[in-house]
Amino acid sequence: MIRKKYWQQGIKAALPVILGYIPVGLAFGVLAVQGGLTVHEVFLMSLMVYAGSAQFIAVGLLGAGASFGTIVITTFLVNARHILMSASLAVHLKKYANKLLVVIGFGITDETYAVAISDFVKETREPEYLLGLNLASQSVWIASTVLGAAVGNIIPNPRVWGLDFALPGMFIGLLVIQMKERLSLLIALIAFMLSLAIKIIVPGHWNVVVASISTATIGVIIEKCIAKSYQSSSV
Amino acid sequence: MMLVTYLPRMLPLVFLSKLNIPPLLLCWLKYIPVAVLASLLAPELLISNNSLNISFNNALLLAAIPSFIVAFKTKNLFYTVFTGMGAVIILAKIIG
Repeated sequence: MIRKKYWQQGIKAALPVILGYIPVGLAFGVLAVQGGLTVHEVFLMSLMVYAGSAQFIAVGLLGAGASFGTIVITTFLVNARHILMSASLAVHLKKYANKLLVVIGFGITDETYAVAISDFVKETREPEYLLGLNLASQSVWIASTVLGAAVGNIIPNPRVWGLDFALPGMFIGLLVIQMKERLSLLIALIAFMLSLAIKIIVPGHWNVVVASISTATIGVIIEKCIAKSYQSSSV
Repeated sequence: MMLVTYLPRMLPLVFLSKLNIPPLLLCWLKYIPVAVLASLLAPELLISNNSLNISFNNALLLAAIPSFIVAFKTKNLFYTVFTGMGAVIILAKIIG
């Protein structure tokens, strides 16, 4: 019975993710059908591929008649940022069995990672929490993409409901809650500016990977420098 | 497509959770969450239709201001999200 509580914690934590997935999922469904996919294919893609931006790009590429190889390589490059997220989450999941990790790994997205890592930094969570978070998020993703594909363009403008702020709002909230280290604010500002600059200068989806790697490296260097100067001044 | 979306998120989870990660890498990974969140946020707020939009027509950017204030004051995710969503609803009526 106690396990049920952990599932509920996970599902509750998924709420902001769900709010954000509904409009994006509906929009994907509509676009995918316009791009030539069937409702059935949309369902399978959201079930198996389960990657927001990669799915949008794949539909665009399919429409443009891109080759299988191009679509696979592009999808990998777009989703390479999840290597970083998975690695940073792994630190907190040492006690989890491998069979759990292969399931949990499937559910990592930008949004579920953002929620999960913020909670794990505070305290360790049970596997059911992550399973609930991932299952609720993906179920809503599948349902809204399929609904968008089936019902088509009768969906009202998400802005009228404020829904297009759900995901940015979630990132803002989680970012501020995460700012605990003394360097956090500086790190956040550097990453923000770098990501923006890279996004503008280099087309594609390199901004998150390059900005995060560079900024974390800068963070380590600053931290080591502060530690060194502190040591030398206290001797 | 399934393999290339699944492997990047599964493999580090399985292998890194079993390794003893050196302190320097741990220190580096500690900065990843904040760096990733800020990197994800920046284009969401400031880029629309592939170009930089810093203007009073950018409802998301304007809504981010009260949202950030509430986030810093309350440290509550739901208040932060709903404040921003409310701001977007109001701004949508004003600037369309």
